[in-house]
Amino acid sequence: MLSRTADNLFWLARYMERAENLARILRVTDRLSLMPSTVDADGSEWHSTVVVSGCEEGFYEKHEEATPENVISYLAFDPDNPSSIRCCIETARRNARAVRTALTTEQWESLNAAWLELPGWNEARVRGSGLHRFLDWVKDRSLLFHGGTVATMLRRDSYYFTRLGTFIERSDNTARILDVKYHLLLPEHAEVGGGIDYYQWAAILRAVSGYRSYHAVYKEGLKPWLIAEFLIMREEMPRSLISCAAEMKDCLDKLGEEYGQRNEAHRMAGQVHSRLRFGKIEDVFRQGLHEFLTEHIAQNDRLGVEISRGYLM
Amino acid sequence: MASAFFDEMGSRGAEVRQAYRTLQAWLDETPTEILTLRRDEAETFFRRIGITFAVYGEGGDPERIIPFDIIPRILEAAEWRQISSGLLQRVKALNAFIADVYGAQEILNASVVPRDQVLLNETWRAQMQGVAVPHNVYTNIAGIDMVRVGPEEFYVLEDNCRTPSGVSYMLENREITMRLFPDLFARHNVAPVDHYCDDLLKTLSSVAPRNCIGEPTVAVMTPGIYNSAYYEHSFLADQMGVELVEGPDLYVMDDVVYMRTTQGPKRVDVIYRRVDDDFLDPLTFRPDSALGVAGLMSAYRAGNVNLTNAVGAGIADDKAIYTYVPKMIEFYLGEKPILKNVPTWRCSEPGEAAYVREHLHELVVKEVHGSGGYGMLVGPKATKEEIGEFALRFAAMPEKYIAQPTLALSTCPTFVDEGVAPRHVDLRPFVLSGADMRVVPGGLTRVAMREGSLVVNSSQGGGTKDTWVLKG
Repeated sequence: MLSRTADNLFWLARYMERAENLARILRVTDRLSLMPSTVDADGSEWHSTVVVSGCEEGFYEKHEEATPENVISYLAFDPDNPSSIRCCIETARRNARAVRTALTTEQWESLNAAWLELPGWNEARVRGSGLHRFLDWVKDRSLLFHGGTVATMLRRDSYYFTRLGTFIERSDNTARILDVKYHLLLPEHAEVGGGIDYYQWAAILRAVSGYRSYHAVYKEGLKPWLIAEFLIMREEMPRSLISCAAEMKDCLDKLGEEYGQRNEAHRMAGQVHSRLRFGKIEDVFRQGLHEFLTEHIAQNDRLGVEISRGYLM
Repeated sequence: MASAFFDEMGSRGAEVRQAYRTLQAWLDETPTEILTLRRDEAETFFRRIGITFAVYGEGGDPERIIPFDIIPRILEAAEWRQISSGLLQRVKALNAFIADVYGAQEILNASVVPRDQVLLNETWRAQMQGVAVPHNVYTNIAGIDMVRVGPEEFYVLEDNCRTPSGVSYMLENREITMRLFPDLFARHNVAPVDHYCDDLLKTLSSVAPRNCIGEPTVAVMTPGIYNSAYYEHSFLADQMGVELVEGPDLYVMDDVVYMRTTQGPKRVDVIYRRVDDDFLDPLTFRPDSALGVAGLMSAYRAGNVNLTNAVGAGIADDKAIYTYVPKMIEFYLGEKPILKNVPTWRCSEPGEAAYVREHLHELVVKEVHGSGGYGMLVGPKATKEEIGEFALRFAAMPEKYIAQPTLALSTCPTFVDEGVAPRHVDLRPFVLSGADMRVVPGGLTRVAMREGSLVVNSSQGGGTKDTWVLKG
């Protein structure tokens, strides 16, 4: 297939995933900000949301303060923020239009419908309870696209490039959420942690649809190191770093089989995966959770570059 | 008022014409609410599929839907036989003409077409002289615009030999009509059009370049998603199962064209390009073109790739050259033209320009190189001010224009706000030429949705209809 087509598929999946992740993060932030002021004493929740989304620089060029209004406006609707939900959906749909022949009808229609409905959402409509309706809508659109992809796309190169885009973005996102809150998850924190931290821990899990799953897996109360383990090393958790790494490795292996050749991306994906597969959470804490996550985000980026160099250019 | 025009169903009061009897009965028994419902369904369908037509630089939503009129237009088998034989004859002559002017120039030597009209024409591509193209076919896909003014009277209004668009609407309109009105469709014996894309692929594969070995790799080349006909480009590539490429997807090495794929370079043999000549190759044509491929022309001349339609094919669809087509048919084929030309004043000739200047109010005046209905004057519909303004532009450069009488375009029943009412239509059938010639029974019917309007161009608010050719 054309490299440009593969590139467009890869990126449109990334953008839809990014839109969904932003919606998840905004939802959790909004929930936390409704908590008693002790939970969010310095109002730093909205600030850390900006940090998680990787838009810190652009945001503070435009806004002095991370108020709820400013953050929602910037992350959800701002046309100047290429990672805003609006821009993500617009870019995904533009990419889709450029490669429609590579998409199934279901995929195209889910993206096109999202784009057609998008102008109906704006700052005024998401005030108050409208915000949740909007964020649900974003999540639904993204899930519909994923569902359409998995259920209807032929299992060949175009599918694997689409899935690679999804998982590389998801992996990056889970790592960022963890990293912004890593100080809360350090083992020594457990002693000082009280009710406040409990809500923060729960929030991390909710942002990745992991709150109930956590309980299903561990059958005990929230423990910070278990939360870290859950999101980093548990293969049952579909948004964990290891799940994403396994999926990427799998996609690349399938591409390698189909094309009869392997490249640097395969080696890197294998490396990322085995570090998670054979590592221990104790070692991660020993190395330093923050250092580990920083390293993971960088490796993930390099893997993206290698995929691009190997296939998309 | 309506009676001044030929209505294809039969004007009010007159007898309903044979082809339309079943449709008339169906219209009589179908309440307006159902028609409205179906029209809305059709619109939703077009939006959802993303069948849009981009109009830029006019503000508003750039991705527009061409209004689709749900009432089909119906042509009798006998009518179609006359049209299609006329089309084949005409396109054969057009291809012979292009081959001739870039080759021996017999028609110029015989002074049937004035030399200056060709060699000084903006669409003339000197680079094409002496370049051999497969089967000597230059316009592999031609769209011929026709109008009807009476039961037996069809005129060719314009030939489109470069990158005619609209065929995807012909196919999608059929698709949607069959979906919306299966009962009505079943009551008619309609000749299918669905094989168009197979025919197109056969045609393209039959014109592989001389150095192609084995089954040729075909690709559709588009200027990109901002092109007004982008939907059609992607539709055709999809239906044929070939790649849709943009300029940057291609590169030329040692006079061979490759596309960049996830498995490395892949050789391309036939490019159905929907990019204008000027933008094809920055080394030969416009150096600022980002849509083209450097070295493409050189690969083309070397016989390593074929471009369809051929570079320079526009020389045959120039509006001034149009006037000579009947003579071409006689010159190359020794036959009488089956389809008539609309009488045309060539304003490059002072006597004719003078006549046109005096009669602007009753003529349709078009730019020789214009298209899409931009910059034209419809005299009888224009205000005094518009005519005055146009007269100034005309006087400055009369040679830029041709003029034709306002034709009494036929009307077809059309579903508009007022109900079912007659609206003016034209017809664009598509002719494929390669090793063989083919024309699918049908075409794109364009309809002027506004009462009395004669401008059917989609860029000017025109709509489309499904076109049924009944099997005899």
